[in-house]
Amino acid sequence: MAKAIVGRHYRRRVLVNRIMLVLTVLATLISLVPLVLIILYVAKQGISSLSIDFLTQTFRPISFGTTSSGGGVLHAIVGTVIIVGFSLLLAAPIGIMAGIYLAEYPGNSASTAIRFCVDVLSAMPSIVVGVTAYVLIVQRVKSFSGFAGSIALVVLMVPIITRTTEEILRLVPQSSREAAIALGAPKWRTTLTIVLPMALSGIATGVLLAFARAAGETAPLLVTVLGNNNLTFDLFGPMQALPLLAYRYTEQPYKVLNQQAWGAAFLLVVIVLGINILVRIFTRTRSPH
Amino acid sequence: MTATAANPNIQMPPAVDAHLVLDGLTIFYGSREAVARTDLTIPRKQVTAIIGPSGCGKSTLLRSLNRMHETVPGARAEGRVLLDGENIYDPAVDPIQVRRRIGMVFQQPNPLRARTIAENVSIGLELDGIGRREKEVAVERALKRAALWDEVSDRLDRPGTALSGGQQQRLCLARALAVEPELILMDEPASALDPIATLRIEELIRELMSDITIIIVTHNMQQAARVSDYTMFMNLNDRGSGGVVEAGPTQMIFTAPKSKQTEEYITGRFG
Repeated sequence: MAKAIVGRHYRRRVLVNRIMLVLTVLATLISLVPLVLIILYVAKQGISSLSIDFLTQTFRPISFGTTSSGGGVLHAIVGTVIIVGFSLLLAAPIGIMAGIYLAEYPGNSASTAIRFCVDVLSAMPSIVVGVTAYVLIVQRVKSFSGFAGSIALVVLMVPIITRTTEEILRLVPQSSREAAIALGAPKWRTTLTIVLPMALSGIATGVLLAFARAAGETAPLLVTVLGNNNLTFDLFGPMQALPLLAYRYTEQPYKVLNQQAWGAAFLLVVIVLGINILVRIFTRTRSPH
Repeated sequence: MTATAANPNIQMPPAVDAHLVLDGLTIFYGSREAVARTDLTIPRKQVTAIIGPSGCGKSTLLRSLNRMHETVPGARAEGRVLLDGENIYDPAVDPIQVRRRIGMVFQQPNPLRARTIAENVSIGLELDGIGRREKEVAVERALKRAALWDEVSDRLDRPGTALSGGQQQRLCLARALAVEPELILMDEPASALDPIATLRIEELIRELMSDITIIIVTHNMQQAARVSDYTMFMNLNDRGSGGVVEAGPTQMIFTAPKSKQTEEYITGRFG
């Protein structure tokens, strides 16, 4: 009797289903392994160098024979905040406005071309962007500077902000736009007072993710901001940044500095992870859906 | 103008009394003719219903009357629509101005999310940048006209989406009324509502017509019979575009239709 219900190849279908399920779960686990390993290893290596001094002092010269701590990485923290903060100031308005254009004027050939360019830009190797900034800014003004690094980071941030803004704006229901248009609102007014407020948390998410991405970039900074052992607030001179410091300190022959590199790496992971978690909370409580 | 020359079954009032005159209005999506050439008049301070089967271009025709249809890519219109003698399709006319005079209520209630009840009503006024005091007065007046004031006066700062479906639709009506339009287009305003909420909307339509011209699209023939003074019956023609088959006083359309198609539709033989 059961046979009539079960049908042909029933056992085989069930078996294939199970195998596929196991395979996908396995693949998921494997893809998570590097993440867990990186976080654990960086935490293990980095936590020990975290201290008040590490966060509040700048580089102290090390000489053989003395037991200098090597100071702290305050100058790199300040540098990262200034460099990335300044690029955010430029990238956010450009990216958001470009995203608005792509979402609100989607049909024409200009937006298709722009969308393609933005996608290409987001796939651009960051060292290429860095070298371009080096040639166009550093070589011209004959000085490495945080500013040149900021500009390179802007180029990396804009595509991320543009595409997230566009995608979020597309989630705003058309009926809300129609409501405003039917009241005689011009397009810009509709976008500004109706569409944008509904998408605000999503746009903030895109901006934060771009910030996190830029904060961790090393390659473009390597050739533009150079690095600096002193605390400086001058955006137009060489600066230090956390990823740059981590890179430079791993090359040093001093154990203390190698250790500090791990500390800086850990700090970066905490910043990036923190922002991502922030974004999760942000989107869960105030998403437009 | 001889508005009825093209189709003898169109018996709307003469153009002199008309609020809107459709003069050779033809609507396209790309190269496809969506609504065939239409010539008729819409009487002032009356309710005109547009009925017909699904896909016959009722909404398209309605949306062309305040130039909302052209927000859809590829949509365009030929001919003229005269609002008190002024062609709203004149190149010199800004559709934004047209939409301020001809308001619209949609099929699905679309209160703005994350906005309070009061903000939902005043959003159209904000475009004019009017003062706070004036705005409060206007919000109250619009909500009263939409018969919603008694239900929401104590919670104007609550979100508009917290209301029931019927209340949301009246909120949308209040929003449209707040900018004092002379004509309101309604696209199946009650089709998403329950029978009691539908009745409220229908009562409102009858009340509003004392000072506003109303055009309402409905697939519900009883509704058209209940609320409207004039009725337009639309159907697909043999070329696959929609068109007005017959139009005239509602009573006449429902009791003595001239066209066989109209008769078959209102007696429920198709559509």
